[in-house]
Amino acid sequence: MRKAFINRLCELARHDDRICLIIGDLGFSVVEPFAKEFPDRFLNAGVAEQNMIGMAAGWSLAENKTVFVYSIANFPTLRCLEQIRNDVCYHRANVKIISVGGGICYGTAGFSHYATEDFAVMRAMPGMVVSAPADDLETYQITCLAVNTPGPFYMRLGRNNEPQVHAYPPEIMIGEPICIRQNSSNIVLISAGTIVSEVLQASEELKRYGISARVVSIPFLKPIDKPKLLNLLAGCNSILVIEEHISFGGLGNAISEIIAEASLPAKIKLIALPEFINRLGSQTDLRRFYGLDSSAIFDRVVSHFH
Amino acid sequence: MSVMRNIYRIANNIRCNALKCVYKSQSSHIGSGLSCADILAVLYDGWLNVSPDRVNDPERDRLIISKGHAAAVYYSTLAEYGFIPKDWLSTYCQFGSQLGGHVSHLVSGVEFSSGSLGHGLPVGVGMALGAKRAGRDYRVVVLMSDGEMDSGANWEAIMMAPGLHLDNLLVIVDRNHLQAMGFTEAIVPLGNLAEKFEAFGWVVKNIDGHDLKELKTTLEQFPSRSEKPRVIIANTIKGKGVSFMENQLEWHYKSPNKIEFKKAIKELSL
Repeated sequence: MRKAFINRLCELARHDDRICLIIGDLGFSVVEPFAKEFPDRFLNAGVAEQNMIGMAAGWSLAENKTVFVYSIANFPTLRCLEQIRNDVCYHRANVKIISVGGGICYGTAGFSHYATEDFAVMRAMPGMVVSAPADDLETYQITCLAVNTPGPFYMRLGRNNEPQVHAYPPEIMIGEPICIRQNSSNIVLISAGTIVSEVLQASEELKRYGISARVVSIPFLKPIDKPKLLNLLAGCNSILVIEEHISFGGLGNAISEIIAEASLPAKIKLIALPEFINRLGSQTDLRRFYGLDSSAIFDRVVSHFH
Repeated sequence: MSVMRNIYRIANNIRCNALKCVYKSQSSHIGSGLSCADILAVLYDGWLNVSPDRVNDPERDRLIISKGHAAAVYYSTLAEYGFIPKDWLSTYCQFGSQLGGHVSHLVSGVEFSSGSLGHGLPVGVGMALGAKRAGRDYRVVVLMSDGEMDSGANWEAIMMAPGLHLDNLLVIVDRNHLQAMGFTEAIVPLGNLAEKFEAFGWVVKNIDGHDLKELKTTLEQFPSRSEKPRVIIANTIKGKGVSFMENQLEWHYKSPNKIEFKKAIKELSL
C-alpha cells in the first residue's frame, strides 16, 4: 500500500511541480524513488514532527506547494496535533498527512505504534479531509484526489501486501462511499481502510451460509456524502460497522449520526477496538483476538441479525 | 526630520495606539507589545521588502510574529504603515472585529497566525526553505519572545535550519527576560542564548533592542550570504516607554485603568 502511494506520488509529481514530500525519518525502502527523482522537492525532517508540520505549512504557504508529509502511526498526527490545527488547518494550507501503519498494523511493536484514535482526532480538525483507502487501487486514486483537493488532507495507509478488495480501479469521489458487493439484502456491512478485506471475506462466508450482505467501503470518513450513503442503505434494516479504531469518534460514530439524523429504521451494531490494547501479536492475531477478523464478523452477523 | 527621529516618532505612535487598544478593550499583554515596538518600527521603516499594495507579491519578504500576543502593537504597526486603516484599531478585541488578541492571517499584511507559542520558527524555516528551493531572493524574518524559547519545537527548528543553509532566515528574539509567570532565568533558564545559537550553527548578533540606530545598522550590515541562518538577540525591556510598566511582570496581564492610561499616554507624549 505504501508502495502504491509512493509510485502514484512520483507519477503525479512528474506533471505537477508543486508536489513536495517531507518525511519524519521514516520510509526506508519506500520513499527513495521520490527522493532520487525530485531531490529539490524532498526533505527528511528528522525525528522532529512538530517542526516537520510547521515547515510543511510554511513551505506550502510561501511557495504555493502541495506538501506531503510521511511518517508512521501517531507520529505525524498526535505528536504534532496543534501544528496541524493552527499552522495547517487554520491557514487552509495544502499539506497532506500520510500515516503508514494505520490501526494495529504494527501489532508486535506495542502500544506506542497503534494508530487507533486517528480517525477521531483528524475528523475533529477544521477543514481536514480524512481518508482511509482499503487497498492499493483506492490508495492510487485517493493520492490523486489529495493532490487535486485544496487544503488539509489526511490519509491512513496500511503497510504492505494487503489483500486487494477491488478487481478494477473503482471510481472514487471525495466523500463518496463505494459499494463493493451490491448483494440485495437487508444487511449492510460498512468499514473503512484495510479492514475492508476482512469484511469482504466474511461476506463470502456468509453467502455460503445462505446470508446475503451488502459490503460498503468508506474511503472518506470526512466528509461523508450523506445522500449517497443513505441511498446505499436503502431497504436495509441491519447495519454492522467494523473499524480498526477505538469506538469513540470513528466510523461507527459517523455512520450512527447519519442514520439517527435520517431517522432510518435500522438496527446498528459496531465492532471496534477497546481503548487499551494490552496484547502483542501480529495484526492478524490481534484482529482475531479483538473480534475484527472475518470469522468474528461472520459470527456477529449471524448472532445479531439472523 | 532625521530618519532616526522619524522612526522614533512612529514607534511612539505605535505604543500610544496599542495602549488605546488594550485600554478600550481591557485586554492583556501590553508589556510584551511595548518591548518589541521599536523592533517592528525599524523593520517596517524601509528594511522589509513589503508594502500594502504588494501583500501577495511572491517576492515580498515574509515576517512572522511568533509572539502573537503582541497583537495590539503589531496591528498598530500595520496601521502606521498603511496595511490596515487606522480606525480599525478602535475595534481591537471587540465583537465582530478582525483584530483579536492574537495575530491572525485574516488581517491584511499578516503572513501567519500565531498565539500558541513555539509555532513561528518552524513555519519560518519552511518558508525560507521554500524560497531557497524556488531560487527566490526574499527574506524570512521571525520575531520571537524569549519566553517561547522554552518550547522544544523551536529547538527542532534551530537545529534544522543551519543544515539547510538558510541564510535568508533571520530570527529576532525579543529578549526582555520576563515570561508569563516570572523571570525567564527563574523558570526555564535560557542562559547565554547567543552561545546556544552559535553552538547550533547560527550567526548571532547581540544588541540593544531599543537603540533604533543599532537596530537599523545591524539589519543593514548583517551578512546575507554566509550560508548560515542569522539571529539578533535584541535585549529589551518589557513595558518599554511607560515607566511604571517597565520590567513589571503584572503588565503581562493588566489592562490600564483610566488614570494609568492617561499617565502612560502623557509619558509617551513628552
